[in-house]
Amino acid sequence: MRRFSLLSLLREATNSHRGWGSQWSVAQPKARYAALIVGGGGHGLATAYYLAKEHGVRDVAVLERGWLGGGNTGRNTTIIRSNYLQEESGALYEHALKMWQSLSQELNYNVMYSPRGVMMLAHSVHDVQSLKRHIYANRLSGIDNEWLTPAEAKAFCPPLNISSDLRYPVMGAALQRRGGTARHDAVAWGYARAAEAMGVDIIENCEVTGFRRGLDGAVEGVETSKGFIRAARVGVVAAGHTSVVLRQAGLRMPLESFPLQALVSEPVKPVFPCVVMSNAVHAYISQSDKGELVIGAGTDQYVSYSQQGGLHITTHTLEAICELFPQFSRMRMLRNWGGIVDVTPDRSPIIGKTPVPGLFVNCGWGTGGFKATPGSGHVFAHTIATGEPHPINAPFSLDRFRTGRLIDEAAAAAVAH
Amino acid sequence: MLLLTCPYCGPRAEIEFRYGGEAHVARPAEPDALSDAAWSEFLFVRTNPKGIHAERWNHAHGCQRWFNVLRDSVTDRIVRSYRIGEPRPDPTPSGARS
Repeated sequence: MRRFSLLSLLREATNSHRGWGSQWSVAQPKARYAALIVGGGGHGLATAYYLAKEHGVRDVAVLERGWLGGGNTGRNTTIIRSNYLQEESGALYEHALKMWQSLSQELNYNVMYSPRGVMMLAHSVHDVQSLKRHIYANRLSGIDNEWLTPAEAKAFCPPLNISSDLRYPVMGAALQRRGGTARHDAVAWGYARAAEAMGVDIIENCEVTGFRRGLDGAVEGVETSKGFIRAARVGVVAAGHTSVVLRQAGLRMPLESFPLQALVSEPVKPVFPCVVMSNAVHAYISQSDKGELVIGAGTDQYVSYSQQGGLHITTHTLEAICELFPQFSRMRMLRNWGGIVDVTPDRSPIIGKTPVPGLFVNCGWGTGGFKATPGSGHVFAHTIATGEPHPINAPFSLDRFRTGRLIDEAAAAAVAH
Repeated sequence: MLLLTCPYCGPRAEIEFRYGGEAHVARPAEPDALSDAAWSEFLFVRTNPKGIHAERWNHAHGCQRWFNVLRDSVTDRIVRSYRIGEPRPDPTPSGARS
């Protein structure tokens, strides 16, 4: 891997950029590894990176069924924020947000983290109370979040329609200034490149088809489409397919997989300075650096792996967007797509051990996992390397569905699920 | 949008219906005797299959009755609808209706 620096950029600029080479090399699986990561999305690649970097575990392979970042990592709307209600969630997402701030330097790869501010709109008295509750809870744990009046919200985001004749008028907004966006593909590529440089094998087109377990029940390795690979520690980071992968190890999970849709418009000049989310009317919008409006819609109501959702779901979101931002009513949409999100009963992720010794799981991020990518990989690497959870992910155990210590972000109305 | 067949009203658009989760999750006969793990299984754990899924639907903006549907979760193809209380049908194509 060639490092990016001013000197290397200048040198390549005079060389028609012919000398960069590939960012990571294609690996064939070895017979044995110290640890395997199943799933080559952002979370899985980050896990491999921190295993190598922080824990010295470099004998690691990342197994990806398709191509890197081809799942939800490449399908989300790239929103980053940490203003969650519960203390445990705040700690987890804030851990990630702090890592985003220096991630480009850390990886020597521009992930285009842009803290342009995430503004969440309130459209009813209940929304106002709920968002203010979030603001106070966040401030108690040292997370920035502030209340804006409709006029202040309009000043922060000029395209916003705050007139009182809307079906659901804007009654105020909660603003997290450190929130923003990042380039999702670059996150996957940056982690893959940096992990591979430390000795991690990145193996694409390699589907896990089974788990081999010893007499004591512990994991001995995985069967894949490229043959058996031995490893005493296996971390499954398979997002929407977690139920399918773990069923091969005899586990049934508290998860349901739903299609979540997003769409982008034709590219236009910079018109939208921040991220705006409205959970009440289901509208999530920002503008990419390419100029496309990036719009998030809701999930379909039924379990599906089809990676496409109903058109009425996107229609519903576009109606809300056009009401809040009337100048977009004649924009043309270029593409829409779906990703399969794994949703837990309490809308919080599961990061930790499974009942199978040596088998770990990181899943259940539901509709909002991208923002947590660095923090999730960091604490999950700690869990795999030491066999015990990091203090930040200890509350997010699979066991909480038996003990009842749920981390309920579902009842918190202002959370985007 | 799915085209669901209500066993009482016939084929209707999905927006008339409300999804009710996995079907055939039986409420425990003796709740007092249940272990925490068994409660967890009943309350939270779901099959979430990649393939044929048995699920409950409610015709909320119609007859308001509940019924079950077999649907392929990969293609979203609906195999068949059947009434609550009927056993889960054989999902093979010979039993398919639409």
